[in-house]
Amino acid sequence: MPVDTSTLPSTTELARRIRRHSVLMTSRANASHIGSSLSMADLLAVLYGEFLRFDPQQPEWPERDRFILSKGHGCAALYAVLAETGYFPVERLETFYQDGSPLAGHSTHKDVAGVEVSTGSLGHGLSLGTGMALAGKRDGKAYRVGCLLSDGECDEGSTWEPALFAPHHQLDNLVAIVDYNKIQSFGTVKEVLDLDPLADKWRAFGWGVREIDGHDHAAIREAFAAVPFVAGRPSCIVAHTIKGKGVSYMENQLLWHYRAPRGADLETALREIDCEIGEEVP
Amino acid sequence: MRTAFLETLFELAKADERIVFLTGDLGFSVIEPFAQQLPKQFVNAGVAEQNMTAIAAGMALSGKIALTYSIANFPTLRCLEHIRNDVCYHEANVKIVAVGGGFAYGALGASHHATEELGVMRMMPGMTVVAPADPIEARLATRAIVAHPGPCYIRLGKAGEPNVHAGPVDFQLGRVIRVREGKDVTLISTGGMLKTAVGVACRLAKQGQEARVLSMHTLKPLDEEAVLAAARETGAIFTLEQHSVIGGLGGAVAEVLAESGLAVKFKRIGLPSAFSPRVGSQQYLEEQNGLDEAGVLRVVEGVVGR
Repeated sequence: MPVDTSTLPSTTELARRIRRHSVLMTSRANASHIGSSLSMADLLAVLYGEFLRFDPQQPEWPERDRFILSKGHGCAALYAVLAETGYFPVERLETFYQDGSPLAGHSTHKDVAGVEVSTGSLGHGLSLGTGMALAGKRDGKAYRVGCLLSDGECDEGSTWEPALFAPHHQLDNLVAIVDYNKIQSFGTVKEVLDLDPLADKWRAFGWGVREIDGHDHAAIREAFAAVPFVAGRPSCIVAHTIKGKGVSYMENQLLWHYRAPRGADLETALREIDCEIGEEVP
Repeated sequence: MRTAFLETLFELAKADERIVFLTGDLGFSVIEPFAQQLPKQFVNAGVAEQNMTAIAAGMALSGKIALTYSIANFPTLRCLEHIRNDVCYHEANVKIVAVGGGFAYGALGASHHATEELGVMRMMPGMTVVAPADPIEARLATRAIVAHPGPCYIRLGKAGEPNVHAGPVDFQLGRVIRVREGKDVTLISTGGMLKTAVGVACRLAKQGQEARVLSMHTLKPLDEEAVLAAARETGAIFTLEQHSVIGGLGGAVAEVLAESGLAVKFKRIGLPSAFSPRVGSQQYLEEQNGLDEAGVLRVVEGVVGR
């Protein structure tokens, strides 16, 4: 049986917890990619909080919706939402990056309940998800597949192979979400390898496409509820986001693709995240 | 071998709807019956091997037995990281099928010479690597890999090879087939080189030397016992492969022998780590590289004398 999402915290609270955990995890581990986790926190909160059908007691439930984090470097946020939705104890997040821990610095399925597939090399997840969507269609299953990509990942040719394949095979059970935070590893997307017009590219490949503010929960909700955008076609949500969203000094700063918040930076980050809404995470 | 594979797979797929066959847009005039009669089990992924491989992994993770099919290096080297991360790391039930192993497409140029992929596939964690010798082995190997859970790679020749085995054989993954008994030397072949090995053994017999011939159709897991027995019981071991001498059959056997502490004469017969400077038929390129019977015989005689 899928989890009753009404028992979960509000998406706003879930997003706050994802951000708080992500900041603490990267700080503790002195790890990179906090900016990438923060930019997608709202997307994950609405997906897991209201849309995905899953059962933490039965992670392999055959009818579950599949979620694939193709941008595996944002895994702190994924592990956080999995812990908060009941896949494993929140305390386990403290082992992120640590010796002997299964919680690797790129999303890893081995011994981590709820992680559908391991990623980390960009340009793999959408193909894997496409295979799951195709299998679902062929078997007459009702499950859907969501795949969250980074913008930098759209540099990979292997992102565009499934982009071509999925519409041809009418995979309207597949949703690609691009976390378009416009900063990649070595600069802005515009400087490194310009993707604009990104939505038009997906549209030209045959996807139903919507562009949304990836931090506006109402807009995210509305987009997920409208899937498939075009009957018989896969859907692509180009989510305009802010790298480092929620921590003022991280927002739109390339530095926070790499640096981990420590000391006073950490205090400021937690204070700003908690200002979003009420209580402490237990 | 291609025909043997396709006929066997078609038969298996009709009886098991979990089997899905993905092709990288190849198989004109041979795959149509499968595509037409089992459309729900057939996918033409287009000329996109990375996507084909990961889709196969995604389907396998959804309960399918997924086979990817293309020629030469396209289903292996072209999409290697997708094999490593998406197939092997997930222990996905994917079978990678390459037609045109070695110099089968010799005239088509270096792009189509599959001469390193066995070694590369051997290195993939959890991958079973198979190179059947003839259509008889190809049929049995097809059944074996489909029945075996987890990632497999199978290297096929092309269409039209003769059967080397005279009759039914006992084919088990990881177990050599002993084709000929002998105490003087051992010839271990993989893939289509078995035919050459048997031919060389016949020539040696005429000179009074009895060669044991082993068809090492499975490179991984390697039948180490058979290698060690050959080292103990025969005077010299030769490996025959249409593949670089690095990493393939010769490399695998060398690893076993080196760690065994057994003293035995040993020579890898295969290809240098180099591109073939000329194209040509499979037979021509075998001759050019000393992989024909005469060339192999010269090497054997050089090691053990006449």
